[in-house]
Amino acid sequence: MNTITIAIILPFLVALIIPFLKKKIFHIHIGWFVVTVPTALFILLVRFVPEVAAGETFAYSIDWIPSYQINFLTYLDGLSLIFALLITGIGALVTLYSIFYLSKYENLKSFYTYLLLFMGSMLGVVFSDNLMGLYVFWELTSISSFLLIAFWFHRKLSREGAQKSLLITVSGGFAMLVGFIMVYVMADTMSIREIITILPEMSDHPLFAPAMVLILLGAFTKSAQFPFHIWLPTAMEAPTPVSAYLHSATMVKAGIYLVARFTPVFGGEASWFWIVTAIGLTTLFWGAFNAIRQTDLKALLAFSTVSQLGMIMSMIGMSSAALHHGHDMDTVLFTQIAFAGIFHLINHSTFKGALFMVVGIIDHQLGTRDIRRLGGLASLMPLTFTVALIGSASMAGLPPFNGFLSKEMFFTAVLNVSELNFTADHIMTMIPVVAWIASVLTFVYCLIFVSRTFLGRYKEERLERPGKEAKAGMLFSPVILGLLVILIFFFPNVLGSYVITPAMSSIFPMLDVELGVTIQQWHGFNTELMMTLALIILGIILFMTLRWWRAIYKLFPEHLSFNHLYGASLENTSKVSKSITNAYMTGHLRDYMVYIYFFFLIVIGGTLLLSGSYRFEISGNGEVGAFDLTIAIAMMAAAISILVAKSRLTAIVLNSFLGYGVAIFFVIFRAPDIALTQIVVETVTTVLFLAAYFFLPEWEKEDSRKRSKSVNLFLSISVGVIFTVTALAVQNNKLFESISTFFEDSYELAGGRNIVNTILGDFRAFDTMLEVVVLLIGGIGVYTFIKFKARKKRNEPLEDK
Amino acid sequence: MKTNNVILRAVVRIVVFIILTLAVYLFLAGHHNPGGGFVGGLVLAAALVLLLVSYDIETVRNAVPFDFKKVAALGAFIAVGTAFGSFIFGEPFLSQTFAYFHLPFFGQTALSTVTIFESGVALAVVGVVVTIILSIVEDV
Repeated sequence: MNTITIAIILPFLVALIIPFLKKKIFHIHIGWFVVTVPTALFILLVRFVPEVAAGETFAYSIDWIPSYQINFLTYLDGLSLIFALLITGIGALVTLYSIFYLSKYENLKSFYTYLLLFMGSMLGVVFSDNLMGLYVFWELTSISSFLLIAFWFHRKLSREGAQKSLLITVSGGFAMLVGFIMVYVMADTMSIREIITILPEMSDHPLFAPAMVLILLGAFTKSAQFPFHIWLPTAMEAPTPVSAYLHSATMVKAGIYLVARFTPVFGGEASWFWIVTAIGLTTLFWGAFNAIRQTDLKALLAFSTVSQLGMIMSMIGMSSAALHHGHDMDTVLFTQIAFAGIFHLINHSTFKGALFMVVGIIDHQLGTRDIRRLGGLASLMPLTFTVALIGSASMAGLPPFNGFLSKEMFFTAVLNVSELNFTADHIMTMIPVVAWIASVLTFVYCLIFVSRTFLGRYKEERLERPGKEAKAGMLFSPVILGLLVILIFFFPNVLGSYVITPAMSSIFPMLDVELGVTIQQWHGFNTELMMTLALIILGIILFMTLRWWRAIYKLFPEHLSFNHLYGASLENTSKVSKSITNAYMTGHLRDYMVYIYFFFLIVIGGTLLLSGSYRFEISGNGEVGAFDLTIAIAMMAAAISILVAKSRLTAIVLNSFLGYGVAIFFVIFRAPDIALTQIVVETVTTVLFLAAYFFLPEWEKEDSRKRSKSVNLFLSISVGVIFTVTALAVQNNKLFESISTFFEDSYELAGGRNIVNTILGDFRAFDTMLEVVVLLIGGIGVYTFIKFKARKKRNEPLEDK
Repeated sequence: MKTNNVILRAVVRIVVFIILTLAVYLFLAGHHNPGGGFVGGLVLAAALVLLLVSYDIETVRNAVPFDFKKVAALGAFIAVGTAFGSFIFGEPFLSQTFAYFHLPFFGQTALSTVTIFESGVALAVVGVVVTIILSIVEDV
């Protein structure tokens, strides 16, 4: 096992152990144990940086189901290394922060189990080279995100937020799965590295465009792109460490990872360029525009995250222009856009992580994060204020912070792209205009964030607790991130040449041009700098006049929003499905039997008739002995007497007689394993039957209508006939050679003389394993159905507390 | 209604041990003879069900103080865990292996990893069957 595989598995292993730990070992918060995992992994992964910077990649394969090409393929290259470093690095800081954020009275074990589950699955997403592995880990991140958002599940808003995020991201993931299968059909391989070399030449394939759109759907839902962004603001119900980690730094960037990963596959298409760029820019604008109207600090940050994700997405989209041209100067220019995108992705993780932690501190110390109740905290919480100032200034794109660098590069990017002649000139010029307006709005909400929280009048009467600086431990992580924001500004090229440039060769593996950029803090009085100066001036004016133009938000009433559309469709779907279900779920067992047997009659009977396979002959069969005949007759007699039985008990006993009769047949036909199983199953089910019988009312013959009686008669007879015909027909249609000879070597192949068991435990153990899981799920299902009903009777269902 | 089932209880007291022994035998015999994890687990469950039928729930609860939901979960965990376990030895998912050992008293014996897998199956079966029957019976 190599390091990368261990990096994925370690968080899962620790997550397994945590539920069995005591809440406090020697009075130490269990977070201290958890924090060692991301820290160790971070150190482990940092060691790869020099090698990856030298152009090396690491691949490792574990066979999973080799015959279906489903292998556990891990692959470390520049792109995945960046994400892995973010996951473990921010993960370590966030875990450290959470130790002080969550008190020991919370359900810490669940929290850290989910958090580690997420960490492992996220590392799995970025390290998987196999499409199916990627998909499974992708959905696992959605599930762990769901669990973490609903961490305070006694709150109605948390549950709704969790549900919304799950529904949107999982349906996107499902679309992605379909896209992956299409890719597999085209390329005939599951390995992404091989797909990158095969697929770009197949752009004429009819599945090419659908696969592209479906994979993009998965990426857009995950990265909260317009119009799927609605789940991110409601996901803010999660504890703040989760918001800082999953919903700004890592999970929401999985979509960007996917788009970057598939750029060499689909990037050559003009439609890829347009879809990704347009969606990205729309999200950039819409997120920034909506962030201004928010009054909850976390909601403001959520919309700003949406907006920034849109910005990164559009940069990755625009960089695909590099694949459209031949090798010339332009190609280099466009690859630099992807460089800027990745650079901003790292910067965003640092400053947004810091800002989320600041909001967490405010919420934790003051008991509110509503900007209408906050103000004047600068002198009370000086350190928090400093970090907030650094983070916001970086987000707004001011020097000397890393956000300035990547924002300037973004402006360079949009200016370069606008000179392309892909389509009409006025549409191309729209790109820098939209980007600039969105940046102005970004500047405005950054101003709102800082001034409404830390400046102005201190309103202690409206706070739950008086303002006070947080504990040192809680400030540690945001201060580190704040320092990083400044450090990256002064030494951007360390990051650029060691971490980002190797990732460029993952995004553009086919281009043999010089990849990578030297980032400059000062690049003269050019258009980009003028844009920044202009946006600062306009931003300040807009902020001053905010109260006059705020009315513009009334043009977008709630009932026209995507949020409302989501809510309404959810409600209507459940209403419609309820009415459909109620129409056929009559509550009479007999009706359900009629549905089932009618279906059986049509499908099996129809197949038998259409395929003409009902011919049969019994000449080749063995003799029917007197003993067999006796048992058969006895069973028939039992079956018929069930119809005339006076009490349920008699019917149950007669029914089990049938079951034991079948067991005797198994004995006669020399299938001792099956006979044994049949006898025990029959015994246990009879007891189960009797237990259920206790709850049933007296048995009385019902006078049903004549019509339903004749329908029942018809059904019973025809179902019986079809069963018999099928049983006989099966014997007479040998379509292929029997495979049983293979299993006769079971002693050599599996070391067991009992073929049945070697099949169950070895040859087809995969089936058995899944059956065990299904059995468990079934058992839990029965248990919860019965217990849930019992609780409902006792008191009202769980409500908002 | 109070029923007098002294004879049943007296018989069950002894018979349960015979059934439990049979269950263990079936479980271990499965490799070469009829039996195996599924049947072994079912017979074990049947023994517990017999106890439930002849005594009341409280007595059985005290005598066998397991949470059967957890037993079922443990079983499924073992079954899935052995599947992943083969990775540690660099083998494909769910690989099983066996070897011959010379044990005192038993002589030459084939020990197989299938047994671990089967024990998972058996525990899952016992857990689920008893959970279902208990939750139905308790729901009064």
